[in-house]
Parts: sequence; structure tokens; C-alpha cells
Amino acid sequence: MNRSLILGASLSLFFVGMAFVSFFWTPFDHAALDIAGKLQTPNGNHLLGTDHFGRDMLSMIMVGARTSIAVALVAVGIGMGVGIPLGLWAAARRGSLLDETIMRANDLIFAFPALVIAILITAVFGAGARNAIIAIGIFNIPVFARITRGAALSIWQREFILAARVAGKSAARISAEHILPNVANLLIVQGTIQFSLGILAEAGLSYVGLGAQPPTPSWGRMLADAQTLVAIAPHMALIPGFAIILTVLGLNLMGDGLRDHLDPRLRVARS
Amino acid sequence: MLRYVLKRLVSLVVSLAVASVVIFAIIEIAPGDPASFMLGMNAQPETLEALREELGLNQGKLARYLTWVSGLLQGDFGISYTYRTPVGEMIAARLWVSLPLALYALTLSTLIAFPAGIFAASRRGEAGDLGVMGATQLGVAIPNFWFAMMLVLIFAINLRWFSAGGFGGWDAGFFAGMRALTLPAIALALPQAAILARVMRSSLLDVLGEDFIRTARAKGLSARQALWRHGLRNALIPVLTIIGLQFSFLLAGAIIIEQVFYLPGLGRLIFQSISARDLIVVESVVMLLVFSVIVVNFVVDLTYAAVDPRLRTRT
Repeated sequence: MNRSLILGASLSLFFVGMAFVSFFWTPFDHAALDIAGKLQTPNGNHLLGTDHFGRDMLSMIMVGARTSIAVALVAVGIGMGVGIPLGLWAAARRGSLLDETIMRANDLIFAFPALVIAILITAVFGAGARNAIIAIGIFNIPVFARITRGAALSIWQREFILAARVAGKSAARISAEHILPNVANLLIVQGTIQFSLGILAEAGLSYVGLGAQPPTPSWGRMLADAQTLVAIAPHMALIPGFAIILTVLGLNLMGDGLRDHLDPRLRVARS
Repeated sequence: MLRYVLKRLVSLVVSLAVASVVIFAIIEIAPGDPASFMLGMNAQPETLEALREELGLNQGKLARYLTWVSGLLQGDFGISYTYRTPVGEMIAARLWVSLPLALYALTLSTLIAFPAGIFAASRRGEAGDLGVMGATQLGVAIPNFWFAMMLVLIFAINLRWFSAGGFGGWDAGFFAGMRALTLPAIALALPQAAILARVMRSSLLDVLGEDFIRTARAKGLSARQALWRHGLRNALIPVLTIIGLQFSFLLAGAIIIEQVFYLPGLGRLIFQSISARDLIVVESVVMLLVFSVIVVNFVVDLTYAAVDPRLRTRT
């Protein structure tokens, strides 16, 4: 175990735990308005203060964590679910027309930044958390396809794969039974990184109004609410910002730590 | 080299063609009829029909796609449904904000990242290296629009050095314009600089482990001389790719940052067009963004091949 991994995993678990607890308990109802008690700075009653409608910020952060985590998780799921099989398939048929087509299609998706995909989807189907998930998910597909193919290609050269082929196993079976387990570490690390990018992307999309819609709380929307009030109530901007930064930082540290932990060769090479 | 350029050129054209079909198809499945949207609920059927005819909405899908693409090739982006002005003019006006902003941010991020990356690599494992790496970890975790709000809070509201937003246009003078773009550019540049610094450091470390650096040291160069004379130039290739990739992220990132600073750039245009269902504008702006990404990557690939002949044989 290394320090990055422990620190990163603790931070990530903290926010996941917070989202989990919010299903059963929050200090206040996250949607309850209290105009008389609006714009309170953090105090004993409202630990993180209240917003311009008097809603409890801590409760909103807790429920907002749910939105961030759900969007990022499903988006990574889409990216892995489609990208990994495509990458394995392309590697199994290295150099074929299929390989070439899959890789060119990936390049094409890369030319649409996630935000642009989101804008297109929103323009056509309307804004909402579901469309944000699809947009971020589509962007994740080429990331996983490329990384899987690259790693799988080098595994295909190994002797135990040759042995499996001699034993008469099909390319699909070799991919599932021998290639996938050998590239899994890399994919887990990339998954953590894409997860953190997904949280940043969700926050950005919600901030410009393309993500989660009211009344679903979201860290990005809290920042959008805070924008016009930043001069009189800086805590409204600071708190959701710190939540995003700490979560993303935690996930990135965890990704770095996992990489070192899962692949000791890298640790030697890097130090 | 010529063969390589031709090959890349063909794939560039194919990518652009496929991208245009994809964008056209997505906009095509959007519900609603632009003509009835423009005229409102109580439009006469004859007026509606006349407008549909004028906008070319009565043609088949293929004919409309071809009209759109041939228009794009000639620099004619069509007429906005909402404003009835040429889309090309609207985009050109906004581009004068978004493009300088992206270039400004790219310059800043390079100016921050190069020294930081070189500094960290030359002090590998020491406190300076750890400090820079820690800072970059934080840099990639900060959402740029939140950082932008903090810059406004500190430098516009408290210190009053810059205005909190808006853009007076370039007519007020180059420096007035640059001043209005400074906070947005810093906000855009910071996360990119963090990524770039990390790439610079790791690329430099890779190169410093090569045999020719050992040779350079053996013939009497100090570690510092070897780094500057032989290391840096060879470490630039991966850094160039990332700079190329970043340009597209900067253009896209500018869409959000423009919202924070109320800048009249492509980002605001695209959001206004979405809410007005002015889909022809959305279509053209998205095509323009994708076009710039594809072309920038093409140029980066060619630059590489010019710098490093080994890459010409790879695809």
C-alpha cells in the first residue's frame, strides 16, 4: 500500500459514503426553503451555511454527491461496456478492415469534445441528467477502446496466447479468458481517471444548464446559483467547489496509487 | 514524406465528411419544424408553406445535406432562423472573441507548463519536484469555471484590477481587449498548464534515461547542459501532441468560461441558439469546432512527421 492510494481511497470513500448516507439521513430536507434564514455563513446549526433560498448547504452537498457519482459511474460503465469489447475485438483482428474501422471511428469521436457532444444531444433531446450521462459516456468509449486495444496487442504476442491458440481456443475465448484478465489492471486505473473526469464534466454541464435539472441537486448547479451572489455570499461558491476538487483529487490520487500498487514495475521505473 | 502527407490528407477528408454526416443526421432528428417555430402558433398555412420553401425545408434530406455542405465549402453557412442574418457573419463576429481567448490561454499554459515541467524533471525526487507535482494534482482537479469565479471574486470584486465580465470589443484598442480576456484566459489555462507540465516532466525524464544523454554526459557536459542541448528537443514530441489536443479542449472549454464572464463568443452563440431552437446555427458552430479539432490534429501529425522521420512509416 502507498500513501497516494490510502489518501485517495479515503477521500473517495468519504464522498461515496456521504452520498450513501444521504439516502437515509440529511441534517435538513435538502429542498426545504427558509427565506428568513437565507445566506447564512457556516454555523452550529447549518454546518456549511445556507443558500439564497435558505436551503441547508450540507444537505444539498450530500444529495448532490449522489448525482455526481451516479452520472460519472454510469458514464464510465457505458465507456467500458462498449469500449472494452471493441478494443478486444480490434486487437484480435489486428490490421484487418474491422480493426481499421473501429480505430478510425474512435478518432472521429475524439474530434467531438464531450461538451460538444452534450450540446448536440441537448439541442436535440433537451437538457437533463440522462442526456449528460449519454454525452459523457459516448466520449468514454474511444478512451477505453484505444487503451484496451493497445494493451491487448502486446498480450497477443505472448507465448501463452500461442499455446491457447494451439489448444484450439477461438479468438473470442482467448480475448475473454486470457487477454482481458491481463489488461484489467490498466482498465481499472483508467476507470478511476475517467470517473474523476466524469465528475468534472457533470459539474460543467450542470453549471451551464445542460445537466441535472431542478429540483435534482447537483454541485454544478449549486455553483451556477452562486455565481451572481459570489460577492455577498462566497461560501455558496466555495463549498461546492471544494466538494468537487476534493472528490476529483481523491479519485486521481487513488488512480495513481492503484497504478503503482498493481504494477510494481512502474514504481521502480519512476523512482 | 509525400506519401505520408497524401495518406493523412485522405483520412482528413474522410473524417470531415463523416463528421458532417453525423452532425447533419443528429440535427435532422430534432423534433419541431423551424418554420412553424419562427412564425409562431397562429401562422397561416400559406405563409408557413412559403417560408418552408424559402428555407429549403421542402427538399429531400439528401438535397438539403448537399446544399449545406456545398455552402460550407464556399463559406456560406446559411441564414439564421431567428435573426434572418447570415450564420457566417454571426460566427465570424463571435470568433473574434473565442479564438483570441483560446490562443491567449494556450500561450499562458505553455509559459507556465514548460518551466514548471523542466524544473520538476531536473530536480527529480527532490522537494521542488514534489511541490510541482502536488500543484499539478490540484490543478487538474479544479474545475476551470469554479476557478474563474474565484478569480472574479479576488481580482475583479475585491482588488478591482479587472472587470468582472463583458467584452468591449477590439475597437477600444488591443490592450483593452486583452485586459478583458485576461481573467478568462488564466481560468482556461490553469488546468491545461497542470496537464502540460506533467507531460513535459515525464517526457523529459524518459529522454534523460536514453543512451545519448549518457554519451553527452560522458563527453563532459554537465547534467544541465545535457538537458538543455539534447534532452529538451527530444522531449518535445509528446508535448506537441498534448498542445494540439489542448487547443480543441480550450475552444470547447471556452464555451463554459464565456458563460462565467458573459463574453460574446461562440459559446454564448451556441447557447442562445439552442434556447431559440435556431438549429442551423448550432449545426454550423458544432461543425466548425469539430473541423478545427480535426485540422489541428492533422497539422500536429504532419509537424511530428517533419520533426521525426521514424513516425512517417507508422499510421
